[in-house]
Amino acid sequence: MTHHYWRKLVNGLMFSLTAACALTAVCVLFWILGFLVWNGGRALNLDFFTQLPKPPGELGGGMANAIVGSAQIVLVAAVIGIPIGFLVGVYLAEFGMGSFPFFVRYTADLLNGVPSIVMGIFAYAIVVRPLHRFSALAGGVALSVILIPTTIRTTEQFLRAVPRTLREGALALGASKWKSIATIVVPAAIRGVATGMILGIARIAGESAPLLFTSFGNQYWSTSLGNPTASLPVMIFTYAISPYADWHRQAWAAGLVLLAVMLLLNMGARVVLAPGAAHKT
Amino acid sequence: MAVSAALSESGAPERTADTLLARLRTGDEAAHLLTLGFAASILLIAGLLVWELFSNSVDARRKFGLDFLLTSKWDPVAGQFGALPFIYGTLITSVVALVLSVPLGLGAAIFLSELAPPRISDALTFIIELLAAVPSVIYGLLAVFALVPLLRDPIQPFLGRVFGFVPIFQGPSYGVGFLAAGIILAIMVVPFIISISRESLLAVPTEQREAALALGATRWESTWHVVVPYARLGIIGSIFLALARALGETMAVTMVIGNTPQIAASLFAPGYTIPAVIANEFTEATSDIHLSALIELGLVLFLLTIVINAFARLMVLATTKRGTTHP
Amino acid sequence: MKKQKRLVAGSVLAMGLLAWSLPTMSPAEAAGTILINGAGATFPFPIYAKWFSEYHRLHPDIQINYQSIGSGGGIRQLLAGTVDFGASDVPMTDEQLKQSKTKVLHFPTVLGAVVPTYNLPGVSKELKFTPEALAAIQLGTVKKWNDDVLAKANKGVKLPANEIVSVHRSEGSGTTFVWTDYLSRVSPEWKAKVGSGASVNWPTGIGAKGNEGVAGFVQQTPYSFGYVELIYAVQNKMAYGSVRNSSGTDVKADLASVTAAAAAVAKNMPDDFRVSITNPPGKDAYPIASFTWLLIPGTIGDPVRKSAITGFLQWMLADGQKMTGALSYAPLPKEVVMKETGAISRIQ
Repeated sequence: MTHHYWRKLVNGLMFSLTAACALTAVCVLFWILGFLVWNGGRALNLDFFTQLPKPPGELGGGMANAIVGSAQIVLVAAVIGIPIGFLVGVYLAEFGMGSFPFFVRYTADLLNGVPSIVMGIFAYAIVVRPLHRFSALAGGVALSVILIPTTIRTTEQFLRAVPRTLREGALALGASKWKSIATIVVPAAIRGVATGMILGIARIAGESAPLLFTSFGNQYWSTSLGNPTASLPVMIFTYAISPYADWHRQAWAAGLVLLAVMLLLNMGARVVLAPGAAHKT
Repeated sequence: MAVSAALSESGAPERTADTLLARLRTGDEAAHLLTLGFAASILLIAGLLVWELFSNSVDARRKFGLDFLLTSKWDPVAGQFGALPFIYGTLITSVVALVLSVPLGLGAAIFLSELAPPRISDALTFIIELLAAVPSVIYGLLAVFALVPLLRDPIQPFLGRVFGFVPIFQGPSYGVGFLAAGIILAIMVVPFIISISRESLLAVPTEQREAALALGATRWESTWHVVVPYARLGIIGSIFLALARALGETMAVTMVIGNTPQIAASLFAPGYTIPAVIANEFTEATSDIHLSALIELGLVLFLLTIVINAFARLMVLATTKRGTTHP
Repeated sequence: MKKQKRLVAGSVLAMGLLAWSLPTMSPAEAAGTILINGAGATFPFPIYAKWFSEYHRLHPDIQINYQSIGSGGGIRQLLAGTVDFGASDVPMTDEQLKQSKTKVLHFPTVLGAVVPTYNLPGVSKELKFTPEALAAIQLGTVKKWNDDVLAKANKGVKLPANEIVSVHRSEGSGTTFVWTDYLSRVSPEWKAKVGSGASVNWPTGIGAKGNEGVAGFVQQTPYSFGYVELIYAVQNKMAYGSVRNSSGTDVKADLASVTAAAAAVAKNMPDDFRVSITNPPGKDAYPIASFTWLLIPGTIGDPVRKSAITGFLQWMLADGQKMTGALSYAPLPKEVVMKETGAISRIQ
């Protein structure tokens, strides 16, 4: 009898303990949000979004150029990375039997696990050094190499999930394979594929390490992709380790903006576009 | 519907479509070749990456050879470069991160997959997976302003007083150091452990659970003695994936590690990790050999994460396949 | 077909956007604005940022983008050719100059001071540091704040018994060079054990990135000690001590004492302007002061860039010098300014 009671006790205890673990994990997110909203919210003002940074020690200024700069770099990364990632994903899903596709898939998975700082070194070697300048292009290239593997994975995953019956139906009606892919399979999977792309972009938008020695930094607006460019994550890093209270304030504000964008993109993608199909890597 | 729309489109001839259709007849080949070309480009990119890492580190590799991994002196002035303090720092912070995050993550995953009602489980999982979306630099921000002051006083002094007989809790408390980096890394990798372990646990066929329950086990016993062991490969895989992530984390660690290339027994001591030293010193490596040494560090990190990732994915694959191909 | 058309149109648009930006990837910027990129020392960053911002206000078509990554970084990126000019508080060595494809000219800009800054809760009186004390703290032989070496010079101040948390620069830094150059001159033990340089093997302490990082760390960490350029301590209202100079006077860093430090050298400035002024003679001289230099390539191919840079240098030597005081940097001695103005023509 007592043994049975003991087992029931352990059962209940473990239930509570594991629930506590889960709750702790959830609380961490709220802790992060709370901190950022509290510190960042107080610091956020119109100046932040419209002004350029001021010299150290002077109050005020903002990160307008960093916000635009981040957008520029992410755009370059998306223009390079999304088509490549998408087409390779199509290849793996539609023509993907055999050893060559296996090799490609394996390589894409390997690339996925490479630390972002190493991607920064890569972009430095192939863009910054030959061109002899830091540039948004270099930053975009570094980020694109991070974006490609995740895009491949999600594209392949969702294309494969399209039922065979749809494909076979199209083929039976006389459409060529190419056509069936482009007009039937892809549109059927487009929600999931687009979700994957948005999540990938959200991930690279927050990256800071690969930009340290590729897009470098700029106090002004970056008028060309061939110039050094300010970016929000790098500004947060620079300002956070400085001694200036005003810079700390701006770092919090920037953190809040960045996190808000991340969360909105993530939540939006998961909830709106592909209910129940969200997946991480 | 999509199919009939396609029919009517191809049924209506257009001037441009004519020539287009003609080309499209061989379009399958074209499509195959196009996508194949892009797929090959992935191999090209990966190959280029490896080549760049190898060729740019050749000076350091030739000069130091295998000693690079075993020497602990990092002296840019004297041209002496040893990777040991960074390898040590990278491993130690990751180990601390795992020690803190695995029990928590596994417990949460068990709760979310086995013991919680499905709706709550889904909602909580959704929130936890959002944690994985938080950028590293924001974790760093929090670490600098929230975690480090807490560690400096009261946490580390407390640990020093109570557990000071253990070498890892000895020494002055700066706030920054291995422990700070380890803790922030733990927070960063927990979502991955939870997410993937939960998946692995959910992939275990219900028959296993039902069999255990039918034999009189409590929910917990069924979970711990039947489900978890069945999913152990996937869980271990998730731990390895978390490890790989922790090894490569740069920004949050750089901000709280203390930037001191040293090997110290105490967790309170400042240290350095491979990604942190690359981030700090890359733009100002004054000599070519210095830059080469940094890139060699990048190469070491690259190889390390590749191996661990490959291992991890194999395990996760094994477990989910096992679950789904259950006869 | 519609979807395909949209897809094609979309990709054409994307290609178009990319193609449109391609021409703008050449160094010649859009609409006549010139972007000049520089990187280097954090020591003069506040005044440089102010100068570049002011110069841009006066010449809206010229943007000088300066990233403070440390003197080592400035030299490195200049040698790599990724920036148009560098900045450093440590003059380039002959070896480094040899590495450069073109000649590199040093142009002093301001005089600054490296001060010992600290965070001692409860101590409101300013501390006095002797050379021995500074060397001992950095060597790690003095571990606590209430050590005799410090107490002797600070009678009447109640120093706490806590351990000194010392912080230094983690990257190659001109500020480190000035600091260690001074320590090497005043402490034979330091010279033997560690020596001077932009990057040294620190016996003790934590590394932080940039003057900003050191100041940030000291600001947030009680009982910490670090060395920073004067303005960083002033702007952030941090405590910094006086240093006993070669004449035995306790001197606090300020405009007068820093200017006095350069007095001896001003009249005998070498042609390439590379010189160190640590531990100079003179009873009012601050012992840990330094020039800081802009590193300009001797040959600048693009005439537009060249005139922008030479124009800035001229402005810097005239109007720019008037702005230094507000940021606690001492202006260059008149003799140096004259010599430099002549040297600008050396830029081809």
